[in-house]
Amino acid sequence: MARAAVLGRLNWRLGEVVELIDETPRVRSIVLDVPDWPGHRAGQHVDVRLTADDGYQAQRSYSIASAPEDRRVTLTVERLPDGEVSTYLVDDLRPGDALELRGPIGGYFAWEAAMGGPLLLVAGGSGIVPLMAMLRHRAVSVPPAAARLIYSSRMWEEIIYRDELERLAGQPDGPEVIHTLTRAQPPGWTGYARRVDSQMLAETVWSPSSMPATFVCGPTSFVEAVSHALVLLGHEAKHIKTERFGPTGG
Amino acid sequence: MDDADLRVDGNALAGVLGEVFVHEMTSARIACDGCGAVEPIGAEHAYMQAPGIVLRCLHCEDLLLVITRRGGRYRLGFKGSRWLQIG
Repeated sequence: MARAAVLGRLNWRLGEVVELIDETPRVRSIVLDVPDWPGHRAGQHVDVRLTADDGYQAQRSYSIASAPEDRRVTLTVERLPDGEVSTYLVDDLRPGDALELRGPIGGYFAWEAAMGGPLLLVAGGSGIVPLMAMLRHRAVSVPPAAARLIYSSRMWEEIIYRDELERLAGQPDGPEVIHTLTRAQPPGWTGYARRVDSQMLAETVWSPSSMPATFVCGPTSFVEAVSHALVLLGHEAKHIKTERFGPTGG
Repeated sequence: MDDADLRVDGNALAGVLGEVFVHEMTSARIACDGCGAVEPIGAEHAYMQAPGIVLRCLHCEDLLLVITRRGGRYRLGFKGSRWLQIG
């Protein structure tokens, strides 16, 4: 392992929890101070490792939510039923606790302002997290690329980063944010109220000729439905990058 | 639940490949021996639930790469891939 430590950039390090933000009843953001953090690109993730007193270890991957420009690293975690790592992170972690992580990891599903736009983001549930890092990065870039987010949540209360998205969308040059609520809608809701489908995408995305840099993230079934629909609308698969969360959705 | 529900992206291999390779590997390109398609590892289909980690071609689902770990030792099987371009 000593050899790996010399060669690899991927070493385990300890971050300190400095703030916890409840985003929704099941989702929490963990703000970490990570000494010697090497910096990251929007869309990358980290591995988090928990070690029990008896030495048992469990490891999971979580997307980074913060912009590369942020000196602290923020992860946003959804509590999964019986999730042995996510339940600890969402329910038990406290400010001052140490968290073992390694990263940043992955370079394929990443966007930086220099890559240009337009930027098309399609999120299902907690699939918003790496896309939020892109929107936060975009918000401090000059000039910001045109950006559009189509975000599917089950209900209004489960929209992660709801206030921040509204604030970003309200700024000059802010992204366009289009919500769809698949399970329940608040009174007076006039937006979409169904799963993302090809009709919705046809109404909301740019034409294929503008060749948007496209990032789709969410549960596997969501990601595959969206990416197939985009290809049928004429978008080239090579411009569509996907990150599937698997069957659990988070 | 069928296999398709368990599918994730090659992106999910970033951690384990980062333990083995110095280069960022989800951007590395791999050629399928079955259909000849060349794609970044991050775009291929990955299955993490098997005893080993399995990467399959996103176009034809042929096997590209199998990674197993035991006792700190890694074994990488490239049976279904023609080449891997790194860096």
